[in-house]
Amino acid sequence: MSLDQNKIAEDLALALRAIESAGDLEALKQVKIDHVGDKSALAKANQSLASVDLSLRAQFGKLVGAARAQVNEVFEQKSAQLLALRDAQVLLTEKVDVTLPGRRTLKGGLHPLTILTNEINDLFIGLGYKVAEGPELEAEWLNFDALNIPADHPARTMQDTFFIEPLDAKLVLRTHTSPVQIRTMLNEKPPIYVICPGKTYRADELDATHTPVFHQVEGLVIDENITMGDLKGTLDFFAKSIFGDQVKTRLRPSFFPFTEPSAEVDVFFNGRWIEWGGCGMVNLKVLDACGVDSKKYSGFAFGMGLERTLMVKHGITDMHDIVEGDVRFSQSFGVGKR
Amino acid sequence: MKIPLSWIREYVTIPAKLTAEQVAQAFVKVGFEVESIDQQGQDLKGPLVVGKVLTIEELSGHQKAIRFVGVDVGEKKIRYVICGARNFKVNDLVVVALPGAVLPGEFKISARQTYDKLSDGMICSAKEIGISDEHAGIIVLPEGKVGEDAVALLDVKDVIFDISVNPDRGYAMSVRGLARELAASLQLKYKDPADSKLGKKFGKDKNPKAISVKIEDKSGADLIYIRTLDQVNVKKSTPLWMQRRIEKCGMRSISLAVDITNYVMLELGQPLHAFDAQYIMGGLRVVRAGKFTKLTTLDKVDRKLEPDHLLIADAKTPLALAGTMGGLTSEVSASTTKIALEAAHFDPMSVARNSRAHNLSSEASRRIERNTDPALAEIASARATQLLIDLADAKYVGTSTAGSPIKNRKIKISLTKISRYLGYSYSLKQAKNAFELIGCKVAGGADLLTVEVPTWRADLVNFADFAEEIARINGYDQIPATLPVGKAGAGLTAMQYRKRSVAISLANQGFTEVINYPFVSQEMVDLLGFTGDRAKSFKIANPMSEEFPLLRTHLLPGLLTTAVRNIGRGSKDLAIFEIGTVFRNTTQLGKAVTPGVDKRPSEKMINDIYAGVPNQMLFVGAVVTGEKILSNWQGAGSRFSWSDAIAQAQEIIESTGNEYEVLSSELAPWHPGRCAEIRVNGKPVAHAGELHPRVIGALNLPERSCAFAVILSELPTAGISKAPAIWSYPAVVQDVALVVDAKTTAAALTAALKKGAGALLESIELFDRYDQVASNKVSLAFTLTFRASDRTLTSDEVARYRDEAVAQASKEVGAVLRGNA
Repeated sequence: MSLDQNKIAEDLALALRAIESAGDLEALKQVKIDHVGDKSALAKANQSLASVDLSLRAQFGKLVGAARAQVNEVFEQKSAQLLALRDAQVLLTEKVDVTLPGRRTLKGGLHPLTILTNEINDLFIGLGYKVAEGPELEAEWLNFDALNIPADHPARTMQDTFFIEPLDAKLVLRTHTSPVQIRTMLNEKPPIYVICPGKTYRADELDATHTPVFHQVEGLVIDENITMGDLKGTLDFFAKSIFGDQVKTRLRPSFFPFTEPSAEVDVFFNGRWIEWGGCGMVNLKVLDACGVDSKKYSGFAFGMGLERTLMVKHGITDMHDIVEGDVRFSQSFGVGKR
Repeated sequence: MKIPLSWIREYVTIPAKLTAEQVAQAFVKVGFEVESIDQQGQDLKGPLVVGKVLTIEELSGHQKAIRFVGVDVGEKKIRYVICGARNFKVNDLVVVALPGAVLPGEFKISARQTYDKLSDGMICSAKEIGISDEHAGIIVLPEGKVGEDAVALLDVKDVIFDISVNPDRGYAMSVRGLARELAASLQLKYKDPADSKLGKKFGKDKNPKAISVKIEDKSGADLIYIRTLDQVNVKKSTPLWMQRRIEKCGMRSISLAVDITNYVMLELGQPLHAFDAQYIMGGLRVVRAGKFTKLTTLDKVDRKLEPDHLLIADAKTPLALAGTMGGLTSEVSASTTKIALEAAHFDPMSVARNSRAHNLSSEASRRIERNTDPALAEIASARATQLLIDLADAKYVGTSTAGSPIKNRKIKISLTKISRYLGYSYSLKQAKNAFELIGCKVAGGADLLTVEVPTWRADLVNFADFAEEIARINGYDQIPATLPVGKAGAGLTAMQYRKRSVAISLANQGFTEVINYPFVSQEMVDLLGFTGDRAKSFKIANPMSEEFPLLRTHLLPGLLTTAVRNIGRGSKDLAIFEIGTVFRNTTQLGKAVTPGVDKRPSEKMINDIYAGVPNQMLFVGAVVTGEKILSNWQGAGSRFSWSDAIAQAQEIIESTGNEYEVLSSELAPWHPGRCAEIRVNGKPVAHAGELHPRVIGALNLPERSCAFAVILSELPTAGISKAPAIWSYPAVVQDVALVVDAKTTAAALTAALKKGAGALLESIELFDRYDQVASNKVSLAFTLTFRASDRTLTSDEVARYRDEAVAQASKEVGAVLRGNA
């Protein structure tokens, strides 16, 4: 058997015309049944190839195949074209004002002191420090005596320190996080690398720059051959991490009972020197009180107020904003680095 | 202390080109913070002259009394000025600003018509010319020539530094000490005002008329000098130069004898006390109060003495609170002629205790607390003696001393050790130079130096003390910065990580963190109805406010107060949380253990110290009120309810990897019908729900406000978890609606269904609750999802599991299928 070459050309032309004239997706659906699908003339021609004489089968096969391929291609093009047309029309009618506000839950946020604490902890963890914490209600011995602050020191009066009843239990609300350093030195063997963030208390009235409840972060390093240069380098790294790479630090001689030599650390930030915190080499008396072998080990310590750091960093001018818990304040900080 | 540059210049030749700011920086460099710089006379322009009051006409009929004063200012005719002050009389010498003068604050003086008179200048107060805050009256000069330049006479033009002196540097609370520090900082020559030859000039004459002295308590003082002077003319006025220096240092001129003791203290740093010798019975003694119980001090305050207070007494009575303040009876007065001048090296601790006990911080006690130079007792008393002879016509009688001679201390210091400690290799020259600048004598070389420590530097003991001196004199900036890196294994502990992740999770869910003061009022404790451990508060002995003397036992007092504040400021939809410590006074507090600090305490002592510190739990708490999902143009949102609070608490516990059970609770301050207690391992770890309407009402919170509190530190930290099997065969779902008694909890019904449904039950969700089925009955509808690991479940099989679940629920809680009810 043979196939009619002309018939194939005719069916092809018919199919192409039908596809071309389809005006919408509905019409195209019928065109598909008539001219593309299994029941179309070209499909049937394809099915009958099996009965064509072997000598002609290849020739006709090629012919039918080419015709079907062309129909398919044109159909797909038309189909895509009509779909796009339909989409364009329909979606236009569904257009909304995308600037309308969506459903929101309440806005949340961490207190910026928490954000700062997290940031400091992370940067010192990166330097190989542990985060050490301790109780806020603390033994006087750990808060004062062990830090070379004797019984008659001015800091130990009721004007500066909150004492807890009964007085002979000698409990205070810690005035710094330094007792955590003492606990660490009593509990662990050197080398010691710790950062101690936490809440601290001093009997100051709340005003624009003071608060009776505040936060500190202290660092303590005890190791062989620790030098004052190490303290300088650590503080410089700390300052740059918190305030940005452009800041400079300087040490000024000062006095603290628990360090010798002692220094104040200043930061040059936004065009001026700002007093940031206290520091020094751990006093040999403190090492002795904790049983650290001062012939083998030396150490440094430093401490900063977190409220002060926050105020300098973010340009906060009133302490009330930090302590009052107004949600608008904390919400503006989110959960930190973004 | 306040110190004028003009006085420092007597002992240090400071280059004229150095500005006040540069001098201040030099102080800062060696560790002396400059609180302020007062450039006196900078904005003052003459003519300012000495005038003599010739006539005073009182003008009446005005709002205040006014004087029309005729003064001789060395001109041909009398100059008349209006003056409001009244502290002067005819023949007094006063300071007159003439027209053309400009006083501080751009105050231009000109002739002007006032009170119907022509006022041709102004008679000035100390405040008006900017030399003190004294404004009660005008300056009446003790000396001066008519027409003389008053600016020069009063030595107005000066720079006054207010310097804060650290507690380890008592010697620097003087011109002597600060001049030395400044010279060291600027590497300039320094002349010591303490003249040891003068000290020897007035020998220890055994004159029986001289007042004797004994140190009876050797722990209170190790050296004392008493110099006796007679025929003292106390009525003479203090010379102007001395007055002015005392004033520039921030003190007041009182009377000649007292001014001399103060002047010498400011100059050298040694506090001195002048007793009126006629009131001394027998000799003077340094004693503890012992049986003495009362002393009236110079400020006319009756002081109650404790046995350990350090005193100067005579044979019978206490005369002074040693090193702190003199007594009233032996005060130098207008009738004084014979003076016993005391200069001693007191024990700093004893004087600190005196000062603390009487809440009396004096110029003397501030210096002695910081330790004085023992060598000065002799020198300063001699200096004051000389001044009393020169200025008050006194006659020297004799000197008594008690105590032990001063020992020179020599210390061996290794320069290598110091360099290693500081991280910078100091040269021998640098070290020697630094030590000599602070007054040490140095011998030896290469590494080991023998340093003779000056008497005023008792603080220099070990190598670290000397390291500080080398470092600060050479400048801290010289030390290079190095960055040590710690140990492997750093990181947050499980509890630290938990604290952080709970906070971040809450913040990301719309909660805002607050950090409250832990101070609580009894009123709040009563309002919240705390009982049991939550009623056991610690009391602060010296609270900021008598109203808030308690430490919090729970986070809710602070959270509720902050919620009220926020609502008052317009934040009506609110979710706030806090993570913080609470304090419960639940253990018996014993007497504290306070070992010495010269060595590590025994392990038993250390454990006793730790045991004396009460356990302090870490809580997370929250208060929620208003809308959780905010209303907007799409319609109403949804409000926080008791179930949100409970769900949030559950979520926190789940996040720690703990399993829990929920029970109904009636704990205050929650609503007794709407409070859940959550337990882990049978132990209550959280409460959540709606607040009691009584609490809401009292605090004026919005109705139905809710709260939760979870004890983070009581939740066990989970071990390593096992990954769940994720089965990929399809899940088959069965819904079932059951009617139960209204008292049956959802948790009980769910548990029964779970138990009956068997091992293939993957999840169970309550999707509907209907309480209108019958009286005291509720209908609860669940979706049960089943899944097998090895096959697709058939609906018949799943229907069987469902029936078994219902049967179990029927057995346990009397549940009946809805429709069958």
